[in-house]
Amino acid sequence: MIDIIFGHYNYWIVVVLMMAGFYTVISRGNLIKKIAGINIFQTSVFLLYISIGYVEKGTAPIIAEGYTVYSNPLPHVLILTAIVVGVATTALGLALVVRIKEAYGTIEEDEIHDQDMSL
Amino acid sequence: MIDTLIDITLLAFLVFTAVAIIRMRNLFVIIMLFSLYSLFSAGLFAVMDAADVAFTEAAVGAGISTVLMLGTLALTKNHEEKPPSHLARLPLLVVLVTGGALVYGTYDIPSFGDPASPAQTHVGPYYIQHGKEDTSAPNIVTAVLASYRGYDTLGEVTVIFTAGIGVMLLIGGRLMRKQKRKDQR
Repeated sequence: MIDIIFGHYNYWIVVVLMMAGFYTVISRGNLIKKIAGINIFQTSVFLLYISIGYVEKGTAPIIAEGYTVYSNPLPHVLILTAIVVGVATTALGLALVVRIKEAYGTIEEDEIHDQDMSL
Repeated sequence: MIDTLIDITLLAFLVFTAVAIIRMRNLFVIIMLFSLYSLFSAGLFAVMDAADVAFTEAAVGAGISTVLMLGTLALTKNHEEKPPSHLARLPLLVVLVTGGALVYGTYDIPSFGDPASPAQTHVGPYYIQHGKEDTSAPNIVTAVLASYRGYDTLGEVTVIFTAGIGVMLLIGGRLMRKQKRKDQR
């Protein structure tokens, strides 16, 4: 029982964080807050990958004398790429927010729907 | 032992910060809390032996993302989120069901730090054993990023280029347009 808790604690918290981000995206109307929610979701996925790459009693994957156990370098590489791509998508999303503010004068979702009469 | 303690504490901090972000209305506070969230996760990456990822997250996640969000806040001049008109029951239900399914799914994942898990037994050990001879870089993450999976990095650069063009097309002409309007007057 205690093994299961310690062995899966990381994954459970990652799920909680993921759902916190997801909830912010689908329940809040403010576009900047939505982007913050997307970022929380993104970071939780990074945490999931790095947790999977972790090896007990290992060290960072830099070859040095006196160390034989290293954590898995492959998830680290994938997440390095993902972090940078994440910032690119955040920048694009925020540019869209600025443009929406220019066109509609608001960044609240329901006010935009009211103006478009789309809901 | 101390690693586990730091791990548990930082993860708890992350949950508190995420809940605070959901509850706060002031957008400036939300952005600052988000920066803090990134910093905590960078610390967590360092604890989990991912030094390169920790650097990148601290610089890019906590730094550049925050600056971009603050810039947007300055441009949109909207500092307070509108209070929600009703309690969001349906989203809460969706989130609880999805979260429950995901937690159920974690039981099949090998335990945290298990050296015999499938992720640790396929291509990872090859990089660690041969990385230094093949590329003469002692840092295996660098070797994989720049050599073994160099095409991934090329794809990443393409994505950033595309995003940069997108941002320029969306808001790059703003200043010029404003200037033109002024000239016409």
